[in-house]
Amino acid sequence: MKIVVLLLLIAVGSVLFHLVSPWYWTPIASNWEYIDHTITITFWITGVVFTAIVLFVAYCVYRFRYKPEQRAHYEPENRRLEGWLTLVTAIGVVAMLAPGLIVWHQFVTVPKDASAFEVVGQQWQWSYRYPGKDGKLGAADIKHITDENPLGLIAEDPHGQDDVIIQGDDLKVPLGKPVKVLLRSVDVLHDFYVPEFRSKMDMIPGMVTYFWFTPTRTGTFDVLCAELCGQGHAYMRSKVVVVPEAEFHAWLDQQPTFAQLQQTAPAKIRQAAK
Amino acid sequence: MVDIPRGPTPPQIIPDTVPPDYMPPPAEVKEVELYHAHSWITKYVFCQDAKIIALQYAGTALAIGFVALVLSWLMRLQLGFPGLLAFIDVNVYYQFITIHGMVMVIYLITAIFLGGFGNYLIPLMLGARDMAFPYLNMLSYWVYLLAVLMLVASFFAPGGPTGAGWTLYPPQAILSGTPGGQQSGILLMLISLILFVAGFTMGGLNYVVTVLQGRTRGMTLMRMPLTVWGIFTATVMALLAFPALFVACVMMLFDRLLGTSFFMPSLVEMGQHLKYGGGSPILFQHLFWFFGHPEVYIVALPAFGIVSDLISTHARKNIFGYRMMVWAIIAIGALSFVVWAHHMYVSGMNPAFGFFFAVTTLIIAIPTAIKVYNWVLTLWRGNIHLTIPMLFAIGFIVTFVNGGLTGLFLGNVVVDVPLSDTMFVVAHFHMVMGVAPILVIFGAIYHWYPKITGRMMNEAMGQVHFWVTFAGAYLIFFPMHYLGLLGVPRRYYEMGETAFVPPSAHTLNEFITVMALIVGAAQILFVFNLLWSLRYGRDAGPNPWQATTLEWQTPQTPPGHGNWGKELPAVYRWAYDYSVPGAPEDFIPQNQPPQRAATQASLQPAPGE
Repeated sequence: MKIVVLLLLIAVGSVLFHLVSPWYWTPIASNWEYIDHTITITFWITGVVFTAIVLFVAYCVYRFRYKPEQRAHYEPENRRLEGWLTLVTAIGVVAMLAPGLIVWHQFVTVPKDASAFEVVGQQWQWSYRYPGKDGKLGAADIKHITDENPLGLIAEDPHGQDDVIIQGDDLKVPLGKPVKVLLRSVDVLHDFYVPEFRSKMDMIPGMVTYFWFTPTRTGTFDVLCAELCGQGHAYMRSKVVVVPEAEFHAWLDQQPTFAQLQQTAPAKIRQAAK
Repeated sequence: MVDIPRGPTPPQIIPDTVPPDYMPPPAEVKEVELYHAHSWITKYVFCQDAKIIALQYAGTALAIGFVALVLSWLMRLQLGFPGLLAFIDVNVYYQFITIHGMVMVIYLITAIFLGGFGNYLIPLMLGARDMAFPYLNMLSYWVYLLAVLMLVASFFAPGGPTGAGWTLYPPQAILSGTPGGQQSGILLMLISLILFVAGFTMGGLNYVVTVLQGRTRGMTLMRMPLTVWGIFTATVMALLAFPALFVACVMMLFDRLLGTSFFMPSLVEMGQHLKYGGGSPILFQHLFWFFGHPEVYIVALPAFGIVSDLISTHARKNIFGYRMMVWAIIAIGALSFVVWAHHMYVSGMNPAFGFFFAVTTLIIAIPTAIKVYNWVLTLWRGNIHLTIPMLFAIGFIVTFVNGGLTGLFLGNVVVDVPLSDTMFVVAHFHMVMGVAPILVIFGAIYHWYPKITGRMMNEAMGQVHFWVTFAGAYLIFFPMHYLGLLGVPRRYYEMGETAFVPPSAHTLNEFITVMALIVGAAQILFVFNLLWSLRYGRDAGPNPWQATTLEWQTPQTPPGHGNWGKELPAVYRWAYDYSVPGAPEDFIPQNQPPQRAATQASLQPAPGE
C-alpha cells in the first residue's frame, strides 16, 4: 500500500510544486505573451490529465489489490469506451494545437514596419550591426572577413558604408517598435537567446535566419547562446538594453559607421600589436 | 533428428466436447538445422544460441551503461557543486555529457531492448527453436562489442572523446573549438556508430525474419504477446531509420578526413578561413533527426510492449483492448517517421515546416494516449499483485505520462520556442525516454530473471531498488523542468551570473545532484542482487508468475538449447487468457488446447528437471 501513498504524494506534490515553488518563468519583456498564454493552457490540460491518471492508478491499486478470493474481471475490449477516450483526447490535442498554430503564424509573419538589425555570432562573442541613415544593411559574406572587417561586409555595396557595427558592447533596441533580428554566424551554430523575449533562433554559417519581436519594457537583459558551440558556449554572453525610442536614436547617431571604422581600424590594430 | 533435449511427454489430450475419435494435430516436428555447440568457446563465447547472445548483449549494455551512470554523477557534481572536482574542466564536462547521452540512447537502451530482450524473448515467445540466422546473430553481437570498444577507446585516445554533444552537430563537431573535434575523438565516435548500425542491421534482420517466418503453429500475428509486437515494430523502424544515421556519419567522416563539404559551408574559425564551402549544416540535422526521432520510439515501443505484458500478468487480467494496442504500436511507428523536424523548430529551417511538424507531432499523442488508457484500464478490476515487476510497471506509467505530457509542450511549435535548448528539454527527454524505459528494463529483468536463471531475485533488495530509483528519479527530473521554464539553458558548464536565474535555483541544482548520487548508488545494489540471486535466490520453478506466454511453458528452466522438447508447442489462444470465467485457474497458457484438456501435471515441473 506504500505505492498508493507514493502515487498520491506525486499527484498532489507535483501540483503544489507547480503552484508554490519559486521557480517559474522570468517576467516577459516582449509582445510574445501569447506564447506564455499557450504554455498556460498546456499546463492546465496536461496537469489535469496527469493528476487524473495518477489518481486513477492509485485508486486501482488500492481497490483491486490482490486478495486470494478475488478474481479479475474478464473484458478483452470495450469499443464504446475506447472510442470515447480517443475522441476526448483528440479534443484536448486540438485545444492545445489550434492556439499554438495561430500564434506560430504570428511568430513567422514579420510586420512590414519592423526595423531590422543584425546579430553575428562567432566563437565566442556577439557582434551587432544596425543599418545607417539609408535604413538598409549592406551585403556581407563570410569570404570577406578580415581582421579589419570582422563581419565580412562587402566594400562595394554602398548600403554597407553607413552601417553601425557594435563589438564588445551592449545591444540596444528601441522600446515598443517591432524589430526583425537577422542572424548570421561566421563559424559554427549559435543561438541568440534572451529569456525575457521568449523568442530565439539558431544562427547558421552560410545562412541568414531571423525572428521578430517587440520589446515591451525597458531594462537590461542577458543575451546567452543556446546552441552548443564548443568550449566557450557557456561564456558567450552579452547584454541587450531596451531604451525609449528617442534615446535609442540619439545613441545610434553617436556610433561610428563602418566607413569611419575602416579608416581608423588599421591604426588601432597597429596600436594593439605594439 | 538432432539432439534436442527432451522434455516431459505431453499429456494425452482428450477434450470432452468434441467427438472421442478427435485428436488434435500433432505439433509440427521438422528437421531443424541448428548449430550445436560442442566446446566451451562455441557454447558461451562465439555462441549462436539467441539466449546466450541476449545475455552477451545485455551484459555489455549494462556494463557500458554503468560508465554512463558514472559520467552522469560527475556532470551533476559539476552542475551542483561547481569546481568541487578540479579535473572536470570545460572540455571534460562536454566530453562527459556527450558520451553519457550517446551511451544511454544507443549503446545501452537500444542494445538491451533489441539485442537483449529481443534475442531472448522473440524465439521463446513465438515457439521457435532459435533465430532465423543464428550465425548472423552471433556476428551482430561481436560487431556491437567492437562498436562499444571503439567508444571506450576514445577515452584513451589523444584529446579524449568527442565533446560535440550527443547530436554531433557540425560544423562544431569537427572543428578545434570542440574537444576531440580535430583529434581522434570524433573519428572514433563516428566509426563506432557506423559499426553499431552495421551490427544492429545483422541482428535486426534476424528479429524481423524470425517474427514473420519462425512462429510456431497457431501463433498468428494477432496472438503474439505485445512484447513481441513492440520489439518487432521497433526493429522494422530501426532498420529504416539507422541508415540515415549511417550516411550522416559517413559523410561527416569524409568532411573531417578527406576535406569534403557535405555539412560544411565556408567559414572562418578563429580568424582563419577554412577550405570548406558549399555544404549545409542543416542537412546533417535532418539526417540525424530522421534517425533520431524514430529512435525515441525504437526505445519506447519495446518498453510499451513489455510493460503491457508485465501489467497484464501481475494484475491477472487480460490486457485491455489488445487489437487497439497493436494498431496503436503500428500507428506510432509509422507516424514517428514524419515528425523528425520537431527537433528543429528553432534550427533556422523554413518556418513553414513548423505547421506540418506540429500537427503530426500532436497527432502522435492520440495513439500514445490510447496505450496509456489501456494500461490503466487493465488495472481496473484486476487482481493486482504488487510484485517488483508490477511496481516498476506502475513507475513506468507515472513517469511516461509525465514525460509524454511535457512532450506536448515541446511538440507544439510556438511553445517550443522559449523552451527549446533549455533544461526543460533535458528533463522531458530524460523522463520519457530515459527513466520510463529504464524502469521497464528493470521490471523486465525482475520478471524474466527466474526464466533465465531458474532463481528468483531477492525481494527485499528489489524493493529498496524500486523505491529509491522511482522516487529519486522523479525528484530529479520533475523539478528540473522548472529550471528550464526559468530559462536555464542546457549544455552549460556553469550558469555564471545572470539577472533571470535566482540564487534559489542553485539550491535546486544541489538537491538534484544529491538525488542523482543516491539513485545511482541504488543501481549498485541492483547489480549486487543480480549476482547474489544467481547463487542464493529462491528456486523459481518453470512459471513462478503463472504467466500464459510460451516462454514460461518450456520443458526446461532455464530453457535448453533448441528451447523446446521434441515437439514445438502449438498455440491455441491469445497471450492474455487471465481470469477467464469458468476456468479453474486464473490463467490459461497459450499452448493449452481449448476445453481445458491439459492435466495439472503439465504445469508442474517434471520430476528430475
